[in-house]
Amino acid sequence: MFSSFMINTWIAGTAIALVAALVGYFVVIRHSAFAAHALPLGAFPGAAAANLLGVNPFVGLLVFVGMGVLLLRQLARIGRRDVGTGLLLVLFLGVGALFLSMTSEYAPEVFSLLFGEMLGISDADLWPILGICALVSVVMITIFRPLLLDSSFPDLAALQGISAARMDLIFLSLLALVTASALPVVGAFLVFTLLVGPPAAAQSLSIHPLRSLLLAVIFAESSIWSAIALSYWTNWPIGFFVGMLGAGLFTLARSYRHWSQRERPVVQVSGL
Amino acid sequence: MTNQSPILAVADLSVDLGGRSILRDVSFDLYPGQLCALIGENGAGKTTLLRTLLGLITQRAGTVLIGAAPAREHRELVGYVPQKINFDPDLPLRTRDLVRLGLDGQRLGLPFFNGRTRHVVDQALQAVGAEDFADQRVGELSGGQQQRAVIAHALVRKPRLLILDEPLANLDFGSANALVDLLGRLIVQQQMTVLVTAHDMNPLIPVMDRLVYLVDGRAATGTVAEVVQAEVLSKLYGYPVSVLHHGGRILVLPDAPENADVANMNRCAGHGV
Repeated sequence: MFSSFMINTWIAGTAIALVAALVGYFVVIRHSAFAAHALPLGAFPGAAAANLLGVNPFVGLLVFVGMGVLLLRQLARIGRRDVGTGLLLVLFLGVGALFLSMTSEYAPEVFSLLFGEMLGISDADLWPILGICALVSVVMITIFRPLLLDSSFPDLAALQGISAARMDLIFLSLLALVTASALPVVGAFLVFTLLVGPPAAAQSLSIHPLRSLLLAVIFAESSIWSAIALSYWTNWPIGFFVGMLGAGLFTLARSYRHWSQRERPVVQVSGL
Repeated sequence: MTNQSPILAVADLSVDLGGRSILRDVSFDLYPGQLCALIGENGAGKTTLLRTLLGLITQRAGTVLIGAAPAREHRELVGYVPQKINFDPDLPLRTRDLVRLGLDGQRLGLPFFNGRTRHVVDQALQAVGAEDFADQRVGELSGGQQQRAVIAHALVRKPRLLILDEPLANLDFGSANALVDLLGRLIVQQQMTVLVTAHDMNPLIPVMDRLVYLVDGRAATGTVAEVVQAEVLSKLYGYPVSVLHHGGRILVLPDAPENADVANMNRCAGHGV
């Protein structure tokens, strides 16, 4: 399980879980789960186009996810972000299907980018993943405070000179980078689980901003480590375990919060 | 009225939004320790005036000076409490954390507490009577408690001017009275200057020093006795109104239909201003 081939998977998985928890923490607070679902799907047309043109799928992916960020920002300016996000998702899938239909050969690379591949990480793949994860972690911790205020109450943040538009752009860019780094291991469809499951569970359990952040990281790391181990033993896809564990953690945490609150009187939020 | 310099000086302020004139020639001064009520109906221009004072809207003409400097340069002197306060119930944020973000939320890095921040935050929580729910999730508090939390968030940087947008809307009588008491205490104990918008001036009469009465973007300003007169308000509304006093409460009503334009009357009817 810790053979030299697997070591890269363990290292990459650990780094990815860390940044997924950090960025996912704000995905949950900002109610951006839908965007976090749609953006990674840029991997599909990206990888298919790269396959068609014979370039590195990673490049195609970055191009499409980057375009996704810009489109989301434009759509948010016009209004109805949810509708825009949904349309972006369908656009990605449609364009991906088109590109894929143009290649006659079966594209295993596309499949592995979508669903992840445990043994797919070479030494050459590892360094870009670690680089991106380091960059995202540093930026995330640096802007934690203004982003927390902006995500909690944008009007109050604006009064302290925090620009909501700038925060949104930084946040979506970080999300795109996490997506890109996570793809080789857990895949485009399943990185979403890692982004929302552990942080949402953590925020249900802890009301303390930093403690719930730490808890999110612990949950994400436990999920990915368990998923790698289980996938190794069972030979089932790693994405299956990541998905199951994320959903399971969230369900357990919500149930705990629900039950622990039943005894307390319901707090009436008046006038809203 | 005092030889101190005003904390807020608004002179001949005119604001247009989307080509429409929203405020016309509004002037008033506010001195330290005063509570000023900004009274007007929906659409009178109250929120536009507040946003201009906060430096979020640029005026077409006139000046806004805060602490003798243009509004934008002295943002740290102003605390603001918006009308709509609605925290997500799942937000991992205690009242204490929200207040702390008021202190240095714009700075970079993680929000660890040290001795000084803890002390300053405790003071702000105490000033609004929020100690009891300091360690509760802010999204699970009642509407009145969330409002107090945001007031503490605004107070923690020790602003000299505190602006509250419709703080009495959506509060029951008991909470409204408690808030008016709190504002009165802030003025006396901390020499705070407070500007409050409201539809109804009555709950604020016990603590109010000044009044800015807005109708359709134009303002009459002064003390309650100076402004709330049939003559002054009739001129402002553009049709005759009467001012009724009853048990320490004031009601402004348009005159009977034979004297007043019926269409105008309908617009004004039923508002206890």
